[in-house]
Amino acid sequence: MDCTESRSRLHAYLDQELDLPSVVAIDQHLASCPACKAIFARQSALQSGIRRHAEYYSAPAGLADRIRAKIGSAAAEVPATTLRPRWQWPQLRQWFRLGSAVAAAAVVSWIAAIQYSSPDENEIIAEQVIAGHARSVLTGHLVDVATSDEHTVKPWLSSKLDFSPPVTDLTGAGFPLVGGRLDYLDNRPVAALVYRHRKHVIDLFIWPDGTSGRGLPVQTLAKHGYNVLHWTEAGMAFWAISDLNAAELKTFAETYAGAY
Amino acid sequence: MDEHSRARRFETLFVPQLDAAYDFARWLTRDDRHAEDVVQEACLRAFKSLDGFHGENARAWLLAIVRNTYYTWFKKNKAEALSVPFDEESMTANGQELADLDSAGGSMDQVLQRQDARRLVNDALARLPEEFREVVVLRELEDLSYKEIAAIARIPLGTVMSRLARARKLLLQHLQQAQREQ
Repeated sequence: MDCTESRSRLHAYLDQELDLPSVVAIDQHLASCPACKAIFARQSALQSGIRRHAEYYSAPAGLADRIRAKIGSAAAEVPATTLRPRWQWPQLRQWFRLGSAVAAAAVVSWIAAIQYSSPDENEIIAEQVIAGHARSVLTGHLVDVATSDEHTVKPWLSSKLDFSPPVTDLTGAGFPLVGGRLDYLDNRPVAALVYRHRKHVIDLFIWPDGTSGRGLPVQTLAKHGYNVLHWTEAGMAFWAISDLNAAELKTFAETYAGAY
Repeated sequence: MDEHSRARRFETLFVPQLDAAYDFARWLTRDDRHAEDVVQEACLRAFKSLDGFHGENARAWLLAIVRNTYYTWFKKNKAEALSVPFDEESMTANGQELADLDSAGGSMDQVLQRQDARRLVNDALARLPEEFREVVVLRELEDLSYKEIAAIARIPLGTVMSRLARARKLLLQHLQQAQREQ
């Protein structure tokens, strides 16, 4: 890495927005370049200076109560919709009571489900997958090893990881392999294969998920403008992400899964 | 959802974020009273649009509303808000070229060792133009990621990074200038 490149990533480095290989590359450059090291040191001093000295204005005492009062009166302005009409027929009235009790119970349990369900594990991983993809696109760090030759990418990744991801070039199907890189997801180093389709970049993250051979079919998630696909096969977890449309990304996943 | 559960939901989700909301509003308005007005109004808006919250990051969601409320308030109260008339021009006018400053002698440590370091840092931050001030506050004081800042300020990720870079250059310049004038 040269000075221009390392300085262009100074802020992402400082803010811990870079992937692990980029951080390592910058660390290596800084160790051998006093000029860049001085710039990074000054920025880092500024950052800690701000964090140490800048005023953090906590909410004044009583603000929460004033807001509660404000919300209370706002809530009171909303017309009450729960008033039941006075029905002449006692039976009918009882039916309505029963009905609204059931409805209320349903609503309460629905709210409880929304409020108290913790985001499921795949949701959390999906967020990390999106962050990993966005980081690499943002910093222009798509690949550590840039070649469409699967026989170069696979051994390179295998030498850096404790597993060997299936790598296959899909140029014939319109998804040329751009290369591979390392990333860090789900608390472990993972393989990222990078493919292109027209102008779109597709990241395919792979790591062993520790389950037995039984595979999980492709699931689709869409978030923050990205499409994310997830499946497992032969003890490996696969996560494909791209700004490509969902249908084409699915074609990619199927082509990839059918090719190895 | 009935009013009671709405209020309870608001209480659980957003009342714990009041410090963050107030800190952000205080740095935007640079005034205690205005900050309180903005936070109260923002919370009322948050309460009214509670149905639009689907379990994302509660803090980022509230801060985005605080920011919108601030800009609405700012339009209405321009005269008051501009009573602290600093802009980028006044900060760069008599400085050296920013690029030179960036590689100038490492006086940052000396600045931060000074007795009045606290005042200098707060002053420099308060004088930043608001589009730079807000990203610094969200990043350094609220410790938010680029992605969260992008969502709150409604700007692309790349803009978050370039604004932070610009903001930090201005802060360095201001602090180093203070050191030279000592």
